[in-house]
Amino acid sequence: MSQTNVSAIKTSGFERRPFESFDKESAFVLITGLLLLVLMPQYSEVYTLITATIYISLCILAVSLGLVWGYGGIFCLGQAAFFGLGGYTYAIAALNLGDTTLGAMAAVIVPMIFAAALGYFIFWGRIGDVYVGVITLTVTLIFVRFLNGSAGDNYSIGSVPLGGFNGIPMTPQLTTLDGSGTPLSTQAIFVISLAALMLVYFICRLFLSSHTGRTMIAIRENELRAELLGYDVRLIKLLTFTLGGGIAGLAGLLFANALTVTPGMFSLTNTVQIVIWVLIGGRLSLLGPIFGCLFVQMISAQLGVSGLLNPEIVLGVILIIFVLFVPNGAVPTLYQMAERGLNRLKRGGHGK
Amino acid sequence: MANNLLAVSNLSVHFGGVVALSNVDFSLKPLELCCIIGPNGAGKSTFFKCLTGQIVPTTGDVVLADSSIVKMSPHLIARKSLGIKTQVPNVFEGLSVRENIRLSLERSFSGKQLAHRFEEVISTAGITADLSERVDNLSHGQRQLIELAMIVGPKPSLMLLDEPAAGLSKAESTHLANTIRELASSSAIIVVEHDMDFIKMIAERIVVFNRGKVLMDDLPSVVLNDETVKNVYLGKDRT
Repeated sequence: MSQTNVSAIKTSGFERRPFESFDKESAFVLITGLLLLVLMPQYSEVYTLITATIYISLCILAVSLGLVWGYGGIFCLGQAAFFGLGGYTYAIAALNLGDTTLGAMAAVIVPMIFAAALGYFIFWGRIGDVYVGVITLTVTLIFVRFLNGSAGDNYSIGSVPLGGFNGIPMTPQLTTLDGSGTPLSTQAIFVISLAALMLVYFICRLFLSSHTGRTMIAIRENELRAELLGYDVRLIKLLTFTLGGGIAGLAGLLFANALTVTPGMFSLTNTVQIVIWVLIGGRLSLLGPIFGCLFVQMISAQLGVSGLLNPEIVLGVILIIFVLFVPNGAVPTLYQMAERGLNRLKRGGHGK
Repeated sequence: MANNLLAVSNLSVHFGGVVALSNVDFSLKPLELCCIIGPNGAGKSTFFKCLTGQIVPTTGDVVLADSSIVKMSPHLIARKSLGIKTQVPNVFEGLSVRENIRLSLERSFSGKQLAHRFEEVISTAGITADLSERVDNLSHGQRQLIELAMIVGPKPSLMLLDEPAAGLSKAESTHLANTIRELASSSAIIVVEHDMDFIKMIAERIVVFNRGKVLMDDLPSVVLNDETVKNVYLGKDRT
């Protein structure tokens, strides 16, 4: 029967990836990541490593939205809120407790708890897709408004003032685990950040190939059918949303280590940028958001330095081009083109 | 009655001033095959939605396997061994045939049992499509069969089939009728259908809905020859 002789390449087009545990994309991420881990700390200057760490933290943020929106179908405009919350939690906890390791753990756990609480009201309230976007955006803007107005001694958590527009300039760097309190070097922070990005990527891959992850994708495709098959749609959406919140919090922690924490982490610009990274890179892929983030950030930086063109206008044009002509985003489109090419080659081979 | 698998009593659904269902009483025994017919707007789909928890009735009760399901979530009702095939094929469009059917089985089976059941279900539903093909690339008829396979897969004790023959060819329709009769030996089934030829092939009992009420509940030979039912279908008598 034809059913038993199915070519793997035909499986659900670009959708096939989450249902496989390891493939060429994983190998590419692993090899590239390992090479960068070994080579960059040795041969790159400090400034380059700090910039790379910032980009990596933003890539992790992009992956969090790729998971929640691309695979989970939850249009969340609150990833910046979890990102900022991760950064602020790290700074406040590390300064109050005098322990950056506990601060780092809190930076992931607190955004997860916040996402779980927010998600509970959203998903148990069966709020429609568009309103999920509105609510999460509103939450983000509330954070911005509050933190921008948090200058002065009245706004402190423990001994740490929130600092209004300035944020928390004395955000500490992660320290060594030997209890000496020695801050980690820029190289070490870069290595931790890149390892974190790789870990996030592979954890997401594992999650997507698990039963729960595949159910999440099915829910994105047809929520009613999933529910009528006995799947608790609300719970799986909440899990996805919470996991996405934790990943964004981790991104905030790494960003805080490379720069500092300010209300800008929650900003509307940041919120919209994450969506643009994911749209350009391709939301139906984990590599797509990483690619989109690097592409957009590098173009913005180059245009900003050269001063030839307004970066916002150029990015706007690029976004329109992608939405109109590459709606699936760069990475899934490249995969589809590669698959077509391979199929053509195979047919050619059979013809001979 | 104690030996009923499903017992619906005094069920009413009001949407504002519109009465979709009015004091409906209905019961179904285990392994019983019942067909529901009625003109458009008679309340058949609303009735199904009450049984699956998609609509909470205004009044009345629905008891499935000795417990009330009126305020239960659809997924909890589904876990009480109830499967529904909706009027428009409700499948995971962006996923492959294989992924669709596996997802329907994974809550009930694992390992070799799952693989075995998978093969059984493909054969029972008569799916001929490439299992790796995305479902949104398939014909309406094939999607109907895939949804049927997804419902049958977990071996529910009650199946609700809303217009299962819609969009099927004559041959597919006949195959489906035989399949439903076979399935009725292991599961209770309620079928809503407009195709009277299809009804004649499978019906053991017919319930006629009209204007949100049960107009008639009897054997096919009685119902299909009843003048009131004929008039309701032809639109001459809507009372």
